Amino acid sequence: MNWVIVRRRLVDVVSKVLMGLTTVVGVFFLLWIMWTTLRFGIAGMHWDLFTKDTPPPGADGFGLRNAFVGSLMLLGLSLLIGVPVGLMAGTWLAEYGFRGRTANTVRFINDIMLSAPSIEIGLFAYAIVVGPMGHFSALAGSLALAILMIPIIVRTTDEMLSLVSNDVREAAIALGAPNSVVVTRVTWRAARAGIITGVLIGLARITGETAPLLFTALNNQYFTTNIFSPMANLPMVIFQFALSPYTNWQQMAWAASFITVLFVLVLSILARSLAGRVHVQK
Amino acid sequence: MSSLDTAVRIDKRSEPTKPKAGRRTWRLTGDSLFHAAARFAAFLAVAVLFATVVAITFDSWPSIKTFGVWGFLKSSQWDPVTNAFGAFPFIIGTLVSSAIAMVLAVPISFGTALFVAEIAPSWIKRPIAGAVELLAAIPSIVYGLWGLIVFAPAFAQVEPWISDTFGAIPGVGLLFQGPPMGIGMLSAGIILAIMILPYISSVMRDVFMAVPWSLRESAYAMGCTTWEVAWHIMLPYTRTAVIGGVFLGLGRALGETMAVTFVIGNSNVLSASLLMPGATIPSVLANEFTEATSKLYLSSLIYLGLILIGVTLAVRLLAVLLLRRLASREGAST
Repeated sequence: MNWVIVRRRLVDVVSKVLMGLTTVVGVFFLLWIMWTTLRFGIAGMHWDLFTKDTPPPGADGFGLRNAFVGSLMLLGLSLLIGVPVGLMAGTWLAEYGFRGRTANTVRFINDIMLSAPSIEIGLFAYAIVVGPMGHFSALAGSLALAILMIPIIVRTTDEMLSLVSNDVREAAIALGAPNSVVVTRVTWRAARAGIITGVLIGLARITGETAPLLFTALNNQYFTTNIFSPMANLPMVIFQFALSPYTNWQQMAWAASFITVLFVLVLSILARSLAGRVHVQK
Repeated sequence: MSSLDTAVRIDKRSEPTKPKAGRRTWRLTGDSLFHAAARFAAFLAVAVLFATVVAITFDSWPSIKTFGVWGFLKSSQWDPVTNAFGAFPFIIGTLVSSAIAMVLAVPISFGTALFVAEIAPSWIKRPIAGAVELLAAIPSIVYGLWGLIVFAPAFAQVEPWISDTFGAIPGVGLLFQGPPMGIGMLSAGIILAIMILPYISSVMRDVFMAVPWSLRESAYAMGCTTWEVAWHIMLPYTRTAVIGGVFLGLGRALGETMAVTFVIGNSNVLSASLLMPGATIPSVLANEFTEATSKLYLSSLIYLGLILIGVTLAVRLLAVLLLRRLASREGAST
């Protein structure tokens, strides 16, 4: 009898210790990766990174101006493609599709797209843009990134609009507003913080994506703003420079990772603080 | 004459209302346009999934025609010079690296989720949950860079110990033999495990926290220990969603590209030892895609992508289905 109690206690204590240890493992690796990125990233910081373009192989010096501009353009273009589609699709789900069978099928497929491996989307963009055009382009890269962020925006928009109370909609309809006005002037505004959170999360997700760019935007040694040509970008710089034999290139890879991680963290923190406001508003 | 007169008069009488009617129809047209645009966007969001499969099948067609399905799946040759391509080493590499990741990540995620949901004091709950979620925010390329430059050299110090300890065991020992290089199948599996940990543990934590308090408290009132409540009450209640979360992590691991490419060593030859270099479908795509010179080479690479899509699609489908089952049951009970 007593033995049973001892055994149960023992199992309980051991399991609790293990739970604590597993948590420590996760946090340990997070800190290790962050510490490495910070240390090498700060060491690789250089003013020239922001003012000069990437030096040719073997040459001294630093420069990532073309990659910064390229990355920002790629992200901007993805937002231009992804936000309208994601926002409208999420709006259709919440305001027109409701809980119907069609809407639930769309939600189901969207959930599947939510965890699509980025490399597959890259192959898709290659097949429909790079193949027919005959060369790599920033446009194809942005399309791939947009496809990766659309499911995130669709889902948050759908969820956030569903949180808006029906009383608000009915009040607007009672005033004679047609559906589109109810949506654009009333429910979008009520759900604004939540929708922006979704966009920020989507942006954070695609910021460091490298695999799809490998088949689409590729990389460019030179500065360009032409979206129909290959474009320099930070993830590809990390990929190509990290494995190079030149120490200045390796340092630039770390600097690029540091800045990418910093950008993603800022986006995540912004999204988090906005998401906190959603509940206040409700 | 008189009929014309009345017509004119009627026309005049209706004139003041005319612009109003026009504005109303315009507004109604705008309304239906908005509806149509929303419907079209929803259609686009869904169509991408099918378009992906169709487009990639189309691009891999030359290779499918040349090698067939079985021939491609079971052939271990990968030789661009003689144009002989087979997927076997990459399929095995993908499955093995993901299996290692799952074996490591599932118990760790389970422990972390239980720690946050059940035993952590509330002041530490949020920082820990946030820290684990930050792991998901780090781009995979940074994992790769860290894995290659920092983790691999450190792991190379541990590897002799691994091969000394496990390498001597008959049968299993074969898996743990080889020179300590730090890169290889096992390293890739470990990095993958760290990457998918936040995905699995956040699903587990969410569903554990959704277990009704009445259930847990009645178990505690019966004298159950924390472990017994977790294992006998919470886990059975949330089983489908937990398995869904595990499959979600598996889907991530199978398709992960950059982190694996950096640390797996990229060898197209299959070897029995986990300490030896290997390759996965995504890693060979990342490495060779821009170097593919012949049409057959390129389409064979895309064919590999098609196989990957088939596998991950099945895994993701299962994950979403399982995750939805708990959600619908919760909805029914409240």
